Amino acid sequence: MKVKYVLTAGVALGVLSGALASSAPALAADEIKIGDINSYTRLPAHTVPYRRGAILAIEEINKAGGVLGKKLVFVSRDDQGKPGEAVKVAEELRSRDKVALVSGSLFSHIGLALASWAKQRKTLYLAAEPLADALVWAKGNNYTFRLRPSTYMQAAMLAAEAAKRKDAKRWATIAPNYAYGKDAVAAFQKVLKKLRPDVTFVGSQWPGLFKIDAGAEVQALAAMKPDAIYNVTFGSDLAKFVREGRTRGLFKGKLIVGLLTGEPEYIDPLKDEAPVGWLVTGYPWQDIDTPAHKKFLAAYQARWNDYPRIGSIVGYNTMLAIQAMLKKAGSTDTDKMVAAMKGLSFDAPTGPITFRAVDHQSTMGAYVGWTVLKDGKGTMERWQYLDGANYLPSVEETKKLRKQ
Amino acid sequence: MGEFIVTLLTGLSSAAALFLVASGLSIIFGVTRIVNFAHGSFYMLGAYIGVTAVTAVGGGAVGFWVAILLAAVAVGLIGVAMEILLLRRIYRAPELFQLIATFGVILVIQDVTLWIWGSEDLVGPRAPGFTGAVTILGQRLPEYDLVLIAVSPLVLAGLWLLFNRTRWGTLVRAATLDRQMVSALGVNQRWLFTGVLFLGSALAGLGGAIQLPKGGADLLMDFNIIAAAFVVVVVGGMGSIGGAFLAAILIGLLQTFGIQIFPNSTLILMFLVMAVVLIFRPWGLLGKPEIPGHGVVEAPEAPLRPAGRGLRLAGALVLAVLLLLPVAHLAVPAAVDDFLLVLVIDIMIFVLFAAALHFIMGPGGMVSFGHAAFFGGGAYAAALLVKFAEAPMEIAFWAAPAGAALLAILFGWFCVRLTGVYFAMLTLAFAQIAWSIVFQWGEVTGGDDGILGTWPSDWASSRIAYYYMTVGFVVAGLLALRRMLFAPFGYTLRAGRDSPLRAAAIGIDIKRHQWIAFTISGAFAGLAGALFVYSKGSVFPTEMEIARSFDALLMVLLGGVHSLTGPIVGATALTWLNDLFSELSYWRFLLGATIIALVLLLPDGLAGLGDTWLARRLGLAAPASGSGANGQETPA
Repeated sequence: MKVKYVLTAGVALGVLSGALASSAPALAADEIKIGDINSYTRLPAHTVPYRRGAILAIEEINKAGGVLGKKLVFVSRDDQGKPGEAVKVAEELRSRDKVALVSGSLFSHIGLALASWAKQRKTLYLAAEPLADALVWAKGNNYTFRLRPSTYMQAAMLAAEAAKRKDAKRWATIAPNYAYGKDAVAAFQKVLKKLRPDVTFVGSQWPGLFKIDAGAEVQALAAMKPDAIYNVTFGSDLAKFVREGRTRGLFKGKLIVGLLTGEPEYIDPLKDEAPVGWLVTGYPWQDIDTPAHKKFLAAYQARWNDYPRIGSIVGYNTMLAIQAMLKKAGSTDTDKMVAAMKGLSFDAPTGPITFRAVDHQSTMGAYVGWTVLKDGKGTMERWQYLDGANYLPSVEETKKLRKQ
Repeated sequence: MGEFIVTLLTGLSSAAALFLVASGLSIIFGVTRIVNFAHGSFYMLGAYIGVTAVTAVGGGAVGFWVAILLAAVAVGLIGVAMEILLLRRIYRAPELFQLIATFGVILVIQDVTLWIWGSEDLVGPRAPGFTGAVTILGQRLPEYDLVLIAVSPLVLAGLWLLFNRTRWGTLVRAATLDRQMVSALGVNQRWLFTGVLFLGSALAGLGGAIQLPKGGADLLMDFNIIAAAFVVVVVGGMGSIGGAFLAAILIGLLQTFGIQIFPNSTLILMFLVMAVVLIFRPWGLLGKPEIPGHGVVEAPEAPLRPAGRGLRLAGALVLAVLLLLPVAHLAVPAAVDDFLLVLVIDIMIFVLFAAALHFIMGPGGMVSFGHAAFFGGGAYAAALLVKFAEAPMEIAFWAAPAGAALLAILFGWFCVRLTGVYFAMLTLAFAQIAWSIVFQWGEVTGGDDGILGTWPSDWASSRIAYYYMTVGFVVAGLLALRRMLFAPFGYTLRAGRDSPLRAAAIGIDIKRHQWIAFTISGAFAGLAGALFVYSKGSVFPTEMEIARSFDALLMVLLGGVHSLTGPIVGATALTWLNDLFSELSYWRFLLGATIIALVLLLPDGLAGLGDTWLARRLGLAAPASGSGANGQETPA
């Protein structure tokens, strides 16, 4: 029997040495590596556009000579939608690929896990898409920054617009039953109540994420007899909710407000059934006619033969932010990069963006408007770009929210 | 009144798709005893193929229904392919081994679907002629809901006729009751099984296609439906189609009315129902007690043997490699980098988790589908102490095994009354209830934003220190589990598994021993959770999800449930493969295909490899299932 165990041990050593050989690639001196982590297999519809936007920016930056005389290298990895996996990948990017910083992620809990990791490992983490308020406030830390406008900011923009409708007094809400949904409802209620003390919230529905029982939820909402409905559902839940709500006549004569509903990721799959006349945040990429955005749009379409989603512009802006930060820091030393991130300003296709020093949140804004059907596809009309800076709490208030 | 009626009808219509999927699952399980996890994937394929078929067939009211039926048939054929190419080859493998094969199929189907249909959600086509709504006492109800309400009784009636009025159906019922007798009477089981797989898969496909006008097709459908389908099957009684019908309606109605009264109950309700039903009716509403010896009769396992000299040597060698690894890291950091230590820490944690599950699964004969409750529960126990008491690691760490053990005592008290698949499903129900409490109770647990900042104390915060700590705890844990199995307690546990009747006759309180084993297993899973939470620095409800439970299940089964080395080899292989493949874009396909290949090549698990190969080489024709005692350590 001895032979077998010696063999087993031999295999063990073989595997180990194989693993060793595959590790530790040489570090090229003329490049700066950016470690990107996102849920590419769990939510490809939302993360692949992000990666495309990021890659486009990297290619443009490198074509113009790179940063600090070095080429940027984008090392992209999948987190499988699991926070534990994301942390493991981050460790691998840091120690094996020797990345200068980590960026990316879409799910809030993964963003939070990476933020906690960044603090422990003293590594810069630029969160691209996760929306959780806690990321920069209650659980913010020195090494974590966030680009995309947070749940609070987007909800506050919608609440400010919704407050102008004097006839909407009885509000009902529907949101997926997890942290993002709860935060989005709480923020909307807080801001709307402040602007309009006369409104009442008559009820909230909390379907499981991507498990909505749309008929039942629509029945429950109708039973509350609201004047207005605030919707936070998205993805397949939104499609079911819209179809069921329309068939059952729920939306008739009511003001409907939809968080993120106007983003191409969510409104495009609905095709000609896209909701009409909803007040939403989104990304009307076809109609933004600033020169900077037109240039981005043309480059994106040429590179990918596809139109950009909100993820694309976030990915693009994330890499622009990193470029600007590296220029300002003049180094890939983490402390210098963190210092450069604070108060960093740069110009993006969506307009100027600043990372607030007080909470590390960027002032990237959002497009707010009304949904409309054009050529059998949902898009936005009467929209405006609202600067995120105007929808963030003041510095004093923020300091209270953020306990370092 | 109108509101009540419309809500009632809404509930009935939402029960329809659930019933179709669940009845297919129930039929497949009843005859083949295969717990087909890929059933949710068939539902998803039904939806995707349905969308494509409707576009291809086109043409009005008739075309729509032809397309829906085409989708069902296509999915049925995919089920047949799975049976002929895969399942047929492994019916003789240990019970539940087929489960990992179906798990491999899930992964493959996920990537194939993504590759064919792309990542964007597809909105389902509407059914021509049923796009509007009817008004009932001033309340609107979609016309298609009425179609769905009519479909389930029709399918139920069709199935009843099939099973009671045709020879094939009679044979299927006979096989459900006593497979061996049917075989002894000269019925070709192969085609019976193939036919059952076709019927069951086609029903899942039909379920996916017929819900299209209410929703659409997306890539998360498979996992979203599978838990619900299992709940319906178990609540109704495994193998009972009438039971599945009753349970689907019960759950459909409870959901619809439940969310009006308790809007927050969406996550937990279904599993509460299942737990309550199983506690009061251990075989479901219309199920029958399992008949002993009804499934595949396995050769009795050879007794576990204590470690021989060779095994001790190999164990010592692997341990030496593990202990020297950080030294190598310091000496040649270019070759043995920091991440290798991270990976080995991860592997060690899952080795302990899998070994804890194996403790009850192998020697105890109790298959748990919900062990993540103890892994994640332990992690949360530690993290909560950190969050609220700012406890240092030296204290909070111990809360994990303790908390997990308490949880196991509670769950175990209910679970050990059940056996087989019902036991497994009750553990799943409790795990899901625990998960939804953690998920929903945001003020305490942080909800899905989790608990952050659970990092080790300073002395253990360096990578190497934490590495040694993990290796120490895992090796000690493995040795302790092993020691218990060779103690009288372990022998008693195995006696209860192999012959409950005789064990009871000589005065052994089997349930009590199983309860204790369940608790021990929970505690060690919690210990693994503690190591996990301090290595990642945060914990989220994902650690208590079904997927996490299945990870452990997969590791144990892939490694080989009959061998003590099994979980160690399985956890190592799976964690390592996962890391290896996850850098590639279609890693799920690769992992799934690898799992399927392993299942086909090594029906006794990875740990069976050495034995059979060696047996052949040395001419020792040891029975495959007697692979028994093996090593305690493994390539890491």
